[in-house]
Amino acid sequence: MLNVSGIREGYVLDHIKAGMSLQIYHDLRLDEMDVAVAIIRNARSSKMGKKDILKVECDINSLDLDILGFIDHNITVNIIKDEKIVEKKKLKLPKQVVNIIKCKNPRCITSIEQELDHIFLLADPEKEIYRCKYCEEKFDRK
Amino acid sequence: MRHLISPMDFSVEELDDLLALAKDIEDNPEKYAHACDGKKIATCFYEPSTRTRLSFEAAMLNLGGSVLGFSSADSSSAAKGESVSDTIRVISCYADICAMRHPKEGAPLVASQHATIPVINAGDGGHQHPTQTLTDLLTIKNLKGRLDHLTIGLCGDLKFGRTVHSLIRALVRYPGIRFILISPPELRLPSYIREGVLDQMGIPYEEVVRLEEAMSDLDILYMTRVQRERFFNEEDYIRMKDYYILNREKMALAPEDMLILHPLPRVNEISTEIDDDPRAVYFKQAQYGVYVRMALILTLLGIEV
Repeated sequence: MLNVSGIREGYVLDHIKAGMSLQIYHDLRLDEMDVAVAIIRNARSSKMGKKDILKVECDINSLDLDILGFIDHNITVNIIKDEKIVEKKKLKLPKQVVNIIKCKNPRCITSIEQELDHIFLLADPEKEIYRCKYCEEKFDRK
Repeated sequence: MRHLISPMDFSVEELDDLLALAKDIEDNPEKYAHACDGKKIATCFYEPSTRTRLSFEAAMLNLGGSVLGFSSADSSSAAKGESVSDTIRVISCYADICAMRHPKEGAPLVASQHATIPVINAGDGGHQHPTQTLTDLLTIKNLKGRLDHLTIGLCGDLKFGRTVHSLIRALVRYPGIRFILISPPELRLPSYIREGVLDQMGIPYEEVVRLEEAMSDLDILYMTRVQRERFFNEEDYIRMKDYYILNREKMALAPEDMLILHPLPRVNEISTEIDDDPRAVYFKQAQYGVYVRMALILTLLGIEV
């Protein structure tokens, strides 16, 4: 079994769908931060078969985890302080996501004005439907 | 500061006030003839339009104000690559209010986020056309006497027809509204209206393909044009444009008090033989369009007469 040592303060993101950890690494903008990160891919999981895990050593207030709720609300977020799990955070769908997904509607203003943020708003929490703030095109997860 | 980007930007009460103001303008035009003396409207039209632009200009002129603007992207700085947000910042220095039409959906919303003057969405791609909706509501209210308990047939291009999308959103807020959606399968309502509005709010509707199936049931028949510019493919346009033509034969199936509305311009979806039928109110509707835009300009500028 692969062994990665524990962290003093930060996050352990567990039960990430196998193969998704690098995307989450970028979506959380960890590549832009000066923090220690362990990316574990294809770890064995009794529940999922294979899973990814991300360990991030950082200030526990420094990450915006809302986006994880959009990517996959089944991810387990363990918040670590003094090498102990102090909280297991329940993920919720964020009300809006900014610059994570792009509007694909060729008639949308974002298709010609490059500087505009791509903003999607949660239109239907039950069906987990997000729509472009500008043209209301539905985001298709497929 | 208020803008009008979506028909939902006004509450039902605010809409009622606006329609009452439009009615007063119709009845007493002289009272409002100098209400906007010294004020300017910028009509920023990035795609061609005759009636919407002219009706905004007529509205401002009727109020004693003046107009400036452009009527195609080629004659604006957009041709040089200027962004909507930069353009509106500059226009804000020249005018007191702006009406914007743009082929890209969401452009007027972007403008409103950077403007220091009220922005009116005068049509954005296939998305929204709220001032046409105000026109439609005023026409129905004045000629039917109510905006509730109506069966409305929407016919033609329901997929790209922004006037239809805006009208649906506005009408679902009144009780007893039912829709019959009459279109070819290829031009049905997009999901963000069908699921996002009708299904979500539990509004009754049926989808039919033939106009004749719906006629006898309707209080209002809202006809639309199949717009060439909304298609990426010329063949699709030619195949569908003549699907739904309203003529005397079809009108014989309609109730005596049904009203025919059309945002205009029509091509051939309403035969000219219908024009003299008292149920055909589409030219009257164009007149209401000026009154309602006058009421809107006054409301957004906060001018009371």
